[in-house]
Order: sequence, then structure tokens, then C-alpha cells
Amino acid sequence: MAGSIVTGTVPALAGWAGRGARSIRWYVTSLMGDRAYEIYVAHLAVEHPGEPPLSEREFWVQRYREQEATPGARCC
Amino acid sequence: MSKAPTIRSPKSGGDRSLDSLPPRSVDQVPSAKKSWTPPRIILWAAIALLGGVSWTMLAIVRGETVNAIWFVFAALCSYLIAYRFYSKVIQKFITKPDDTRATPAEYKADGKDFVQTDRRVLFGHHFAAIAGAGPLVGPVLAVQMGFLPGTVWIIVGVIFAGAVQDYLVLFFSTRRGGRSLGQMARDELGKVGGTAAIVASLLIMIIIIAILALVVVNALAESPWGVFSVGMTIPIALFMGVYLRFLRPGRITEVSIIGFVLLMLAIVGGGWVGETDWGVAIFTLDRTTLAWALIIYGFIAAVLPVWLLLAPRDYLSTFMKIGVIGLLAAAIVIVRPEISVPAFSKFASGETGPVVPGTLFPFLFVTIACGALSGFHALIASGTTPKLLQKERQSRFIGYGGMLMESMVAVMALVAAVTLDQGIYYAMNSSAAATGGTVEGAVAWVNSLGLTGVNLTPDQLTQTANDVGEASIVSRTGGAPTLALGLANVMHQLIGGTGMMSFWYHFAIMFEALFILTAVDAGTRVSRFQLQDTIGNIVPAFRNTSWRPGVFISTAIMVAGWGAILLMGVTDPLGGINTLFPLFGIANQLLAAIALAVCLAIIAKNNNFRWLWVVAVPLAFVAVITISASFLKIFSPVTAVGYWANHVAFRDALAAGETTLGTAQTVEAMEAVVRNTFIQGTLSIIFVTLAIIVIATAIVATVRSYRSGGGVSSEDPRVESRVFAPSGLTATAEEKEIQKQWDALPAAQRPTAGH
Repeated sequence: MAGSIVTGTVPALAGWAGRGARSIRWYVTSLMGDRAYEIYVAHLAVEHPGEPPLSEREFWVQRYREQEATPGARCC
Repeated sequence: MSKAPTIRSPKSGGDRSLDSLPPRSVDQVPSAKKSWTPPRIILWAAIALLGGVSWTMLAIVRGETVNAIWFVFAALCSYLIAYRFYSKVIQKFITKPDDTRATPAEYKADGKDFVQTDRRVLFGHHFAAIAGAGPLVGPVLAVQMGFLPGTVWIIVGVIFAGAVQDYLVLFFSTRRGGRSLGQMARDELGKVGGTAAIVASLLIMIIIIAILALVVVNALAESPWGVFSVGMTIPIALFMGVYLRFLRPGRITEVSIIGFVLLMLAIVGGGWVGETDWGVAIFTLDRTTLAWALIIYGFIAAVLPVWLLLAPRDYLSTFMKIGVIGLLAAAIVIVRPEISVPAFSKFASGETGPVVPGTLFPFLFVTIACGALSGFHALIASGTTPKLLQKERQSRFIGYGGMLMESMVAVMALVAAVTLDQGIYYAMNSSAAATGGTVEGAVAWVNSLGLTGVNLTPDQLTQTANDVGEASIVSRTGGAPTLALGLANVMHQLIGGTGMMSFWYHFAIMFEALFILTAVDAGTRVSRFQLQDTIGNIVPAFRNTSWRPGVFISTAIMVAGWGAILLMGVTDPLGGINTLFPLFGIANQLLAAIALAVCLAIIAKNNNFRWLWVVAVPLAFVAVITISASFLKIFSPVTAVGYWANHVAFRDALAAGETTLGTAQTVEAMEAVVRNTFIQGTLSIIFVTLAIIVIATAIVATVRSYRSGGGVSSEDPRVESRVFAPSGLTATAEEKEIQKQWDALPAAQRPTAGH
């Protein structure tokens, strides 16, 4: 983004690196599941507007409880 | 992007509202006929040429050595061609995805289990769920037959069988609301076939857990370093669990990085502890003790809350998995080791080898299992992944593409194993019954095998053991130590030199152990649930999965099931892994046969007989392998191969009053062989019977569909999709054009697109 405002190699590279770092961060956190709460809150806002979301702590407590009730296989 | 003041629920508004939306599928826009432009033709010609050259280097050119890079190119080029052409044929003529149709992730969206997930993230998820220790261990054991048979089967098998199965199961399950394989089997094959499939999957789970556990026990036995560092994963995981629960909920990446650092410290620390007297005294454990430790651990882990142990260890193993596989790929490409293993060893041509007994056909296919075709994946591809899939079209990238990636892992495991000296390979992988467990015994045994170019010296064995910080590397069967040594052998040339070899070795052992412990824990839980459900039919209280006595009893039953097989393998006078591993392979391939049989019945129901061969051919092949391997295990008169032949030989010897036979030196050992072969032989009979029932019911269902010109589809009713997403790794020009229209849509009109 910096590259489009200030012309020059260094800002362009910095902008490129910044975008790259953000993409990696987005990918890793999505893959590992950090964003599950965010997704849940967004879902609730759309599908059940007005329903107060659980707190992040409660959400995770409940999520692990559900995971316990529906175990998924891991491969060999 | 500005925040929308009000977002319209996708549920409001009827079908007319769809007209105001941009295209939801590339099929909705008149496609510019994709022409084969010269650059594209040149690109694919170059890929084909490079692939052809690589295969020539591997299969035809017979130099003294072959460079590892040719394995990588042969695999990559074959995968690219298969993905671009064959998987597209399957898409065009069999699955026929329709992106205007909503996936379960869209129409059942609940923000938790059913969530539209970015295809690239889901690819990572799916891959992390399917890849485990299996594709790492099987190819290592198959190296006994030379490098070529294994390489050919891993690559050809994945293209025509493994990836096809994963793709089809994922697609069919997505069309059926994310139903599990067992449920689909019941729908398609009827009550008998479905029940046989469910019973088989329960038994398969037990045998797979037992043999994976045996691999860990073999890797950690008599290794204080390994026991310490792998043991440390328990407090590390507990710490991570507590951190996520009480300190910073949801910070999974953060806690995984902390866990990873602690894990590295545990590996380094293991090196120090392994050198102290007290460390050696505490952490040197024999196989039987370790097996009991694992059984107790397995029970506790399966009844503890998931947040405390299972979930954090799962995060850690996902983190390690992606990292290590990337690292190994980079190392092989940069180091490019020369390989002196022959293309075909003498054990490829009918003679029985010491690592896994049996002829190339069918035992090569049974041994490699996971990297080429893994039935277990059908459990992930049905049930788990479909609930997260955003668009039907993406199932090709995730199902077919994900399995190609797993196959690549298997190829790399094979490469790591073939970089090792042949003499060392056989010394590590021959059972203690053959080598006596001593350096001298191993040298004498390996040199007596009469392998060309193999001249093992005692120095080689003690030096290598020293390099990796182990007391001995003789008879470290199970594949994991061999892979670890191979990985250390490649990695130390890239980072750290010989001084780092011991670190890399234990690093590899650690990450294999992590995978396996997670699989043991998760598998015990899954099978416990199945058992609770079954007992629930008679004693309803068992249905309640939070009723503690029910949980404890059914967990104990499942743990006893795999624990008994584990103990049998650990104490087996004939060696353990070499007698049990074929059962693992047969079980896994049997599950694949079940999955393919379900796919066959579905395609027949769709009245698509012209393309039935796409599934019928791999199904026929895997049916022939599993059934013939099982028959050999049951009926072969060769004692090294046939369980019952061995059973009878030992029983008769005992009856004749003999006190030793073969490698069994005492009457107790002989009695153990009689008992073990009885169990193994019985399991073989049960497996093959279930396989035949499932395949027969699938054929009956297929013939019925053929006679009546198809059947009533068990697909869920169609729901209109209201979102768009590209289907492959990168968006095509067409897809970018559509995406632009969606991005231009006023926020208020935009349906929710998950995340």
C-alpha cells in the first residue's frame, strides 16, 4: 500500500513485506483456530441479531465441551 | 471495507432475490472457450518432459547411484499432470459440482461446526487431519524391496486410487449434509453392508491404534533421551491447556509457539538428561514397561477433558507437521543426496525379507498403505471437512489435491530412508529375534543376507548410534527410528553438521510420537463413542456420553482391546512389527475398499455407468490386494507369512515335547507364538469376511441400479447458494472477474460470506 503513495523501491518493498507478513499471520491464525470466536460473534450478529454472544472465555469452555461430545478421528 | 450498518440475513427473501446477485458459479457466465495458448502448451509439455526424464532416471538408467532430486521431480510432475487432467475428468463426468448449490457449511451454518472456511485454510486443516505417522512409516518398511516398487505405487496409487477416494468421499458427503462414511454405507449398501462397514471400522480403529502405539514403543525403548523428551510433551500440553483455559483463551497460535519452544528445549534437555547417571537410571525403559505406560496414559488421556491434553497436543502436532514437512522438502531439494539403494532388492522377487514378510504382490501395497491409498481418510473426508467446505467445486482442490500432498510426504519419507546405508537399514529393521539385539549379531545377520554391495561393520553401527545419541540402533524396528535417522542424515547436511545429528534424530522421533499419541488418544475416544452407542442399544444409560461410569467402562474396554494387541506385539518372540504390520495395512486398505464400494454404489445410483470404471478399477485392485493378502495370511503354508501355518507348526512342536523352535527359545515363548498367531489369524479371518460382505453388497446395489437405470438419490435437497468463492489454490481470471462484481456489491446486499 505504501508503494502506491510514495514511489520508490524501499517503501514498495516494505509495503510488500508488510502485506506478506499480514497474509501469513492471517493464514496461520485461521488454520490454528485463533479466529473461531471472531467467526462465532460475526455469525451470531447476522443470524441471530440481538442475541448477546458468549464471552470469549465461555465460548471456548463450551467449544471444548462440544468437542468432547463429538470426537473427531485423527489419521494414522 | 466499510462496516455494514445492517446486514440482511440470507434466510430472508425468496429465490427472486438471487437475480440481484452476481454469478455464484463460473458455470453461470458464458465462458470464453479456454484455448490452449502456446505458453500453456509449452508449460505442460515441459512438465511432461521433466516428469518423463525423472522417471527414466529412476526406472531405466542404472548407474551406481541415483540422485534424490529425481524422486521429487518424478512425483511433482506426475501430480501436476494428474491434478490438471485426471481430476478434471472426474469433476466433469462424475462429481459435476454445482456452485449455485449451497454446501452444508452455508445452509447449516452455525458459526462453530458448520463454517464456510477459506479454501486455502481448509486445505491446511484437511491435510493436517489426514497426514500422520502412517505415510511416514509404511514407505520406510517397503524400502526392503528396493526404491522403485514403493515409489511407483505411492505415485500411481495416489493418482488412480487414493486421491480419487478422498475426492469422491468428500464430494458425496458434502452433497449429503456432511454425513459420515458409516451413515453413507448404511444408506447405499443397506443394513447388512452398512453394519459390516461399521463393525469393520471399529475393529480397524483398534488394530491401527495398537500398531501405531507399537511403533512409538519401539522408537522409545531403551532410549532415555527419547523417553524424557516425549514424556515432557505431557506437562507441556497440560501447561498449554491451562494457559488457553485460564490465562488467554483463544490465543492458539501464541500458545503453540510457546509450546514449540518448550518442545525444542525438551529435546535439547533430553540430550543432557540422557547423559547423566540418574537420567539413564530413570528413563531407560524396556518395551513391556513402555507399553504399560502407554496403555495407562491412553486411558487417562481419553477420559480427561479435551481442553487439558488432547486439544493442546493437537495444536502442537499441527504446528510441527506443517513445519517439519516443509523443512524436509527444502532439505531434500537443497542437499540432493545420492542414493545407493538398488531399484529392486532381492526381496522384491519372491524371497521373503526380514522387515515385512511376503512377496511383492500383494504385500508391497499392504505395507505402503497410507501414502498411496488410505481408508482412514474417508473418515475425515466424510463428516469433518464437508462441514467447512465453502463451495462444491473446491472439493477437487481439497480432496484430490490434499491427498497428492500426503503422497508427497510419503515419497519424502521413502527418500529419507533410502539415503541410509543398506547395511544399517537392515540392522535397524530386522527383528531382535534375528539379530539377537547385539552389534555382533546384527553384523553377522545382515552380512548373511547376501545383499549386493552390503558389507556392514560393527564400527558403522556403534558410530551411527553414537552420532544420534542412542545406546544402540540394532533392531529398532517399526520404521520411526529409520525415518528419524534418514531425516537426521539429510537435515544435518543442511543445518548443523554431524554435531546436530542427534538433535535432528530426536526431533524426528518427537514429532512422530506426537502424531501417534494424538491418534491414539483421538482414536480411543472415537471408538469409545461407537461402543457406547452400541451398548446403548441394550443398556440405555450408556447412550449418555457424560455418564462417567459408562465413559470409564467403555474407555477401559477399548483400551484393553488395543492394549492387548500392543502387549502381544511387544512380547512377540517372532519380532512384533513384522508380524503385525501387515494387519495394519490390510485393515487400512480394507477401509479404503469400503469407502470405494460406497462411492461405486452412489455413482451407479446416479446411473453413470460409463464412468463407473474410475472407481471400479481401484476398488477391484484394492479388493484383490486385501483379500489375497488376507488369504495368504490365513492359508499360506510358509510359516513366515501364514499366521495359521505358524500356529500349527508351533502347536505341533509343543505337542511333540520340543522346547525350542526357530527364534522362540523357551516353551513359554512357543506358547506365546501359538497364542499370538491364533489372535492374528482370527483377526485376518474377521477382516476378510467383513470386506467380502461390504464389497458384495456394493456389487449387489450396483447391479440393482444397473437393472433399474439408477436409483433414488440419497442426496440432501438442493438449497440455493448465495455466495461465491474461487475453487482452486489461486483464482482464475474468470473467477477474479466475478469476485470483482461481488466486491462491488453494496454491503447491505451482500449475503454473509462466512469469513
